Order: sequence, then structure tokens, then C-alpha cells
Amino acid sequence: MSGLDKRVGSYAEALAGLTDNMTVLAGGFGLCGIPENLIAEIRRLGVRGLTVVSNNCGVDGFGLGVLLEDRQIRKMIASYVGENALFERQLLNGELEVELTPQGTLAEKLRAGGAGIPAFFTATGYGTPVAEGKEAREFNGRHYILEPAITGDFAIVKGWKADHFGNVIYRHTAQNFNPLVATAGRITVVEVEEIVEPGELDPAHIHTPGIYVDRIIQGSFEKRIEKRTLRA
Amino acid sequence: MALTREQMAQRVARELKDGYYVNLGIGIPTLVANYVPEGIDVMLQSENGLLGMGAFPTEDELDADMINAGKQTVTARKGASIFSSAESFAMIRGGHVDLTVLGAFEVDANGNIASWMIPGKLIKGMGGAMDLVAGADNIIVTMTHASKDGESKLLKHCSLPLTGCGCIRKVLTDLAYLEIDNGHFILRERAPGVSIDEIVSKTAGPLIVPDDVIEMTF
Repeated sequence: MSGLDKRVGSYAEALAGLTDNMTVLAGGFGLCGIPENLIAEIRRLGVRGLTVVSNNCGVDGFGLGVLLEDRQIRKMIASYVGENALFERQLLNGELEVELTPQGTLAEKLRAGGAGIPAFFTATGYGTPVAEGKEAREFNGRHYILEPAITGDFAIVKGWKADHFGNVIYRHTAQNFNPLVATAGRITVVEVEEIVEPGELDPAHIHTPGIYVDRIIQGSFEKRIEKRTLRA
Repeated sequence: MALTREQMAQRVARELKDGYYVNLGIGIPTLVANYVPEGIDVMLQSENGLLGMGAFPTEDELDADMINAGKQTVTARKGASIFSSAESFAMIRGGHVDLTVLGAFEVDANGNIASWMIPGKLIKGMGGAMDLVAGADNIIVTMTHASKDGESKLLKHCSLPLTGCGCIRKVLTDLAYLEIDNGHFILRERAPGVSIDEIVSKTAGPLIVPDDVIEMTF
């Protein structure tokens, strides 16, 4: 086995080292491109007090929503959390803390975190509740606020195909936040539909180069559709 | 008569120009895609990472990995591209989108917009709305002119927490098309059969009524 071979044999091995109170970055938009088996494994592990960073928090009974059932999430950083009754109840009870972050700012915080940039200025949110307590500065006559980057202890990612080296490609709009969280985890775990032989993926078409990836596992996916909409 | 949702979408669609990249929000803005004028080609941006959104899929085309920002299943048109959320918001924040159309609860005469949060009600989040209003130069807000209780949504100062400040210059309501400049709403067009008096009475913010207000036709 080469030291560059990132494949692991089980989901338990894929998340080895995940403990209470860690920060987990999760890819996906709605239920599209979510690492559904890694989420299920977090549930099985029973770790608690997690800070989870993800655009959304799944739905009742699927995706990150399952981590709410045993109150494993202490704090959620997301842009939109409207699809989940249990989430609402825990938020109103004060059992769950939420930090709402504009979607583009969230994406850039993760990108910056993975790229070694500690913070950045953005016009998004200036003059709104999002700006409260943040440094503001004017550049060329426009107002901007300083937004800190995000990194995590673990990043959990859903890819389409990966090779042994952890080079990953995503399928269609299941890409979304996945390549960003992949760069920002101290340990980045990618589950894919298919592990292929090195050389099968075109090097110019890799979305996430293997340097960001620590562990790769092949899974099977339900891929639940949140809003099935057909042409009339 | 006040405009229907379809007529509002039709009116907004007249602002489309050939070659535009356009982001359409949820609700009435989504309907704009049905009224792209003949001979004009535009590319629709969906902020989850799709440029070139196509029609909804047939049963055969249905694919869990192809959704739009409203989480509906969609298709990609010929010439589409797909990318990460960071790339998507680089386009938006960087001012590369030619036209953004989105809904709101309130707009005020200083170009402020409130669209994401009603204190005391459950707060679901702003999604991409704050990035869209901060990044776009050309934004059209679509909303009803007044609430169901008759309260104006065109105010001197927004009463709800803001989505963005000083960023809105065009508003299409069910009664009128207005521009915002220098602390005033300016009435440019009125819905067919809607009187200027009605628009004046339903606009709480400072309103300028020029001599040449156009009556919309459909």
C-alpha cells in the first residue's frame, strides 16, 4: 500500500478520531450531494456537542436532520434552515444554537479557510444584522465587513468518482459546497459512488485534487429528492 | 386592475436584453423565464452552482443531482456550466450577473430592502439573498404594492431587519413600476386601469409623480 492510497475499508475507519465537541464541515445543498452515509455513521458513533457547518441541516429523518434526533449538534452554521420541524423545536427550546450566514459568505469562508486566508472583506451583509459586531471598512467608496474564515476538525464530502489518490470529481449540481469543505477540514473524508483506478480520471478534469483528501470510501446512496418537479 | 403574477413576470421580462446572464429568485421572479422575448437569448444563473438552467425535467430526465437554488429538479440547457458554490458567488459578488430579480417584504426610498426576517416569527435564514443584493448592479424587486391589510410596502424607512442597504433602484409591484433615486420613489409606469391616486395612497415613502407616467399594456 502506497502512502498516497487514501482508501479505507469501513465507515468506522473513515471517521476514526471524530470525538465530542468537534467541528464538522459537511458538503451538500439541500439534500443534493450530501455525504449521507458519513452522516449516518456520525449518528451511529453517538458523538455529541458538534458544531456543524453546512448550507442546510437536512430534513426530518434524512441528511443532517438525523443528527438532531439524539441532540448531537450543539451549534449549526448555515444559510437556510427552513425545512426541518425538529430543528425548529430545538432552536426555540434553546437546545441548539444557530449562526445564520449568507450563502456566498459561507462558501467564501470555507474557501478562505482551506486556502490559508484568515478573513476577508465583503459587501454582503453590510448594514444588516449580519454585520453586528464585525469590523467595517470602506474601499473605493463602498462599505465592507470583515468575515473570518472557517476550518473544521473533519470535512465530510460526497463525490461521484475518486481514484486511490483521493482525486475527486462531482456529478452535476451535487458539486455545490463539496469541493470547498474538502479543502477546509483537518481530516477530509470523501465518500463516492465509485472508486476508479488511478489514471482513469482526466487530470485536467479533477475538481478536488488528492492533496486535500485523507480518506476515501465507496458507498451506495439513496439520493433522496427534496422537491421533485417535472415539466408540465 | 392590479397586475397578475404572470403580468408582473411579463413586465420584468421586457427588461431582458440579448446576451444577459440573469439570476431569478423564488416566486414571481421564477415565472420571468416563461416570458423571455422572441429573438433574445439569456442564460439563467442558479446560485447553487448552475449557469444555463433549463426547463424542469421529464420523468426520464429526472436526476437527483440536478437541482436549482429552490431545490427543485431541473435540467441544464445547451451551453450550461456547473461549478462550486464559491465560484457561483464569485460571479454574483463580483458583479458579473447582468440582472437579478427577487422578491421582498419591504423596500424604502433609500434603496434598502428587507426580505428575510420577520422578528417574532421563526427565522429560516437569508440563503443567497444578501449576496445577490450586495453584488448586483441591476436589480428588480417584485412584490405586491401593499400587504393584504393595505399596509404599504414602499416605505420611507424599512421597518424589518435589512437584507441589504442602498442597493435597490427598480421596483415592480402589482400596481406600478417605480425607480428609486436620491431618497425618493419615482413613478414611471402604472398598471392598466390603476389610477395614480391609488398608487399615491398606497405608497408610504416619498413619491415623485412625473407628468409622463406610462400606462402598461399587455
